[in-house]
Amino acid sequence: MILIWLIILLTGSGLLAWLAGRWSNTLPRVISLVANLFLLGIVITMWLKSVPGTEGQWVSSYTHAWVPGFGIQIKLAADGLSLLMLLLTSFMGIISVLASWKEINKNVGFFHFNLMLVLAGITGVFLALDLFLLYFFWELMLIPMYFLISIWGHENKTYAATKFFLFTQASGLLMFLSILALYFIHGANTGVYTFDYEQLLGTNIAPNVAFLLMMGFVIAFTVKLSTVPLHSWLPDAHTQAPTAGSVILAALLLKTGAYGLIRFVLPLFPQASQQFAPVAMALGVISILYGAKLAFAQTDLKRLVAYISVSHMGFILLGIYAFNEMAMQGVVMQIIVHGISTGALFIIAGALSHRIHTRELAQMGGLWSKVPRMGAMGLIFVLASLGLPGLGNFVAEILILIGSFPSNQLLTILATIGLITATVYSLRIMQKVFYGVKHKEWKIADFGFREMVVMGSLTVVIIWLGLFPSPVLRLSENPVRNIIEKVNQSQTKSAQNEAATTDYMSVRRLMKEQHFNTKNKNVNTKE
Amino acid sequence: MKELLWLIVALPFSGALILALAGRKLSRLTCSIIGVGTVSLSAGLTILAGLDFMGNNPTGKPYLQVLWRWIDVGGLSPDIAFHLDAVSLTFIFVITFVGALIHLYSAQFMWKEDGFSRFFTYMNLFIGFMLVLVLADNLLLLYLGWEGVGLCSYLLIGFWYKNPDNGYAARKAFIVTRVGDTALAIGLFILFMTFHSLNIREILNAAPGTWGIGSGIAVAVALLLLGGAVGKSAQLPLQTWLPDAMAGPSPVSALIHAATMVTAGVYLIARTHVLFELAPIVQTTVAVIGAATLLIAGFSALNQHDIKRVLAYSTISQIGYMFLALGVGAWSAAIFHFMIHAFFKALLFLGAGAVIWVLNDEHNMFKMGGLRKKLPVVFWTFLIASGSLAALPLITAGYFSKDKIIWLAYVGDKGSVVLWLAALIGAFITALYTFRMVFLTFFGTTKAEPSARPGTGMVIPMLILAFFSFAAGYIELPENMGHVVLFSGFIEKTLPATATIHLGNSTELVFQLIAGLAAISGLFVAYKYYFNKPYPAAVPERNALQNFFFNGWDFDFVYDKMIVTPIVFLSRIDKDDFVDLFYKGLASLARALNIVLSASQNGRVRWYAMVIAIGAILTLTLIFYP
Repeated sequence: MILIWLIILLTGSGLLAWLAGRWSNTLPRVISLVANLFLLGIVITMWLKSVPGTEGQWVSSYTHAWVPGFGIQIKLAADGLSLLMLLLTSFMGIISVLASWKEINKNVGFFHFNLMLVLAGITGVFLALDLFLLYFFWELMLIPMYFLISIWGHENKTYAATKFFLFTQASGLLMFLSILALYFIHGANTGVYTFDYEQLLGTNIAPNVAFLLMMGFVIAFTVKLSTVPLHSWLPDAHTQAPTAGSVILAALLLKTGAYGLIRFVLPLFPQASQQFAPVAMALGVISILYGAKLAFAQTDLKRLVAYISVSHMGFILLGIYAFNEMAMQGVVMQIIVHGISTGALFIIAGALSHRIHTRELAQMGGLWSKVPRMGAMGLIFVLASLGLPGLGNFVAEILILIGSFPSNQLLTILATIGLITATVYSLRIMQKVFYGVKHKEWKIADFGFREMVVMGSLTVVIIWLGLFPSPVLRLSENPVRNIIEKVNQSQTKSAQNEAATTDYMSVRRLMKEQHFNTKNKNVNTKE
Repeated sequence: MKELLWLIVALPFSGALILALAGRKLSRLTCSIIGVGTVSLSAGLTILAGLDFMGNNPTGKPYLQVLWRWIDVGGLSPDIAFHLDAVSLTFIFVITFVGALIHLYSAQFMWKEDGFSRFFTYMNLFIGFMLVLVLADNLLLLYLGWEGVGLCSYLLIGFWYKNPDNGYAARKAFIVTRVGDTALAIGLFILFMTFHSLNIREILNAAPGTWGIGSGIAVAVALLLLGGAVGKSAQLPLQTWLPDAMAGPSPVSALIHAATMVTAGVYLIARTHVLFELAPIVQTTVAVIGAATLLIAGFSALNQHDIKRVLAYSTISQIGYMFLALGVGAWSAAIFHFMIHAFFKALLFLGAGAVIWVLNDEHNMFKMGGLRKKLPVVFWTFLIASGSLAALPLITAGYFSKDKIIWLAYVGDKGSVVLWLAALIGAFITALYTFRMVFLTFFGTTKAEPSARPGTGMVIPMLILAFFSFAAGYIELPENMGHVVLFSGFIEKTLPATATIHLGNSTELVFQLIAGLAAISGLFVAYKYYFNKPYPAAVPERNALQNFFFNGWDFDFVYDKMIVTPIVFLSRIDKDDFVDLFYKGLASLARALNIVLSASQNGRVRWYAMVIAIGAILTLTLIFYP
């Protein structure tokens, strides 16, 4: 029951903030902040109350019929993994409200309405166990985000917002098609027409159809995850969005893609996922290296950080498709630490461009002596993004790499080269912004109290995750094990089938062709 | 006292933390008390813990201190745990003891600089990470220290951040070493896949039973670890970052780029010696790399005019000796040379730093000269350290440590004539470039007047290090000269003794004479060409070959053309991401279609009638003539 209240809380406070915006600019901010603090409080209470060992089971589920005629329910449930995602959501929600405290002065009420609605959509995605409901929340995230970019964004905001909308919408429709197909196949097989995730698990689908359906989901999720070659909405959206928008995009919205792959794609299509794994891992590695290369080339600070996200999300894709506990736990960790470290970098970039009214690296340089606190914070999160041990990102990346290595050694080695490229682009930020020669005598203020509270709490969390990651990892341990088990069981099953199928290879070849065709088709329907 | 092992590590870290949080509000005196104090306390504790460890522990049983479980996922469960044995004790002694002396020196050396507290923050942080590196009981924790010291090296090379060249040198150091680190990381992946553990003891115990000698996977792992080692220790082919790292303040060069961090590769190979013994071909590679590096760097040192770059190449060269020792299985000789080298090379950098300091940032030795009388303490300590570096027979510590390596390069069962010759030629060159430096800097006519005198804070550490550069050699003497084995006896509680062919004391004496002769003739040649010679106070002219040596055998040039330029080029041409062109093309296509279609909607009835007619005809045709 508590779960539905989380969403009502976010939506309701969003409406309230909009209303309050008619009278005051401060009131909406306070409302959002309080609502997010409240949310964090609830989630932490749930965490503390959860019984160790039961993280793999659904805690606190909520089911209510929505459109019973079509088998649509409002079904929400949380396990350890969802709980972690909610922790991240509420924490980054607080951070993004604080980060935009002074930046947004236009339509403050409506801004916070959109902000809270995005958070509600994200929370919904992390909790939904009904596929129709999932699609509903998926779309719910999209529209307020569009407004956030197109109203409060920077110079090229309409272009960026439209691009973001088209990419997400088109890929979301593919997912919706897959959901419908799954619904009808399951209905035809069993006579029960339902969108219930748990009932749809283990639906008997012909392998080639399953592959097609899976691709619908995969494309929707990898667009969000900004996997190369579906990434090109991201640099524009991140760059043009206001700081809070960039933070939420990087820290949370991208992660719905990762979460979707883990929660929905792997359990619903275990065998198809097995077939897709080498391609997915390869795409992950391409994202790591190509994203890094693009990050290195950028001269716009926010755009640079955006490409860092592309690169880091590659690790997530690599780890998910390694199908083992260690890599998957690394993925969970990466979801969290990337949210924190990239969120922090966006806040620094936002604060800086707010002060000097440019994002061009060429205009910066030598700022350390002017803004030492900002510089020190920049240093910490640049180091986090290059994977320095002792900070959370290292734990995530090393778990993904050690875990993926037995699955695919060549690709893992290539991904490890990403550690070098990360050093190259990360140190470039420090050099261009804080070190070197001053290009202009900027008269700017260092981080003040509010900003230091934000950055300080992010720093504490990233160091804590680097040295004591166990509490977090324990929370997702059982859910991750369950999912891995499902995939690996299907592998043994398919191995038995393989032995039974006489002409297996030709089937496989056929499927590869089909997969290729679907991919082309999907790309064509993109815009 | 060894129960306080954690405190030895925690003290420098806490110093760094305090300075990072409050450093800018504290006075310089308070900052230096915190910075120097924490490391000195660590040094004191190390000595107490060391006495405790050696006191009632004749077999050298290691002491393990587990602090907490770091990660626990799917079988990977490294602890934050410290492992104290003879090797790590030697290292932490050098790190804290030399570290404390250099911190003391820095307090005065850096007094007038901006960012005083920042400097000590980074220095303390470095000591902490370096201690973690050598005390780690598992490879993941070692990797943490490994990367941490790399970070501090980056921060300190770029300490004077306003000059972009320093920033470039700093990034170069970080990136080049990270290439090696990545190899090391891949090595860890293979080790974990094989042994399901990253605990060093467990791996070393299990490896001989799992891998045969010379098996492919053992070779791969040893090579990858070697990759990490050559990066950190600036050996071929990743040596290029160290000379540029001299952009940092001199105490940094003394601490990080001479005494401690750059020997991390030596530590890693010694620590994982079992893996190298399982891959004899890689162990031979270690020796060959060492021999080649010591020669290449020696020739480069000979052609420098910047006093710190001479010392940088000299460091590369001396670590080459350590690698050579490791490669022939002379484990304790390598560690011994590490320790002695830490003393005399740190002193040389402190001395050079003092000279540069009093001459207002003059690095060119040809613009110095005659400083012998102006700076007597610096001169005498520098001379003692130089003698040690040049390995002048019998009276210097460096002689005993280096002679042992030269001897074992021949007589060790993995040694050979070629390795011995390389070491011998290297000894000659070392003496030559060392005394070239001494004569140019301290003798001849005075070309620049010192503007100050180094104060007591700088002099005391130099005197202490000078004593050790002279006396520390006597704890380990050859068989035919008293046969003292205090050091090797201690180390061999942890590392195996060197297998040698027995040639007898008289043969050894001949070899010692030859090695001694090499050093003395180096000194003599230097005397002949550089003693009181009137070189102009400028950058000396170089011919093509000298230029080649001066530029470090053009490694930088090749890497630049082969790696850096193509990458920068690729980034330039694809800044806007060609993938986006596809989507932009789709958008343009849609817009073009829009234009075409909206042009057809022009409101003219004649046009519409014609289109309807054509459409009807086409439809009818399709119906009747399918």
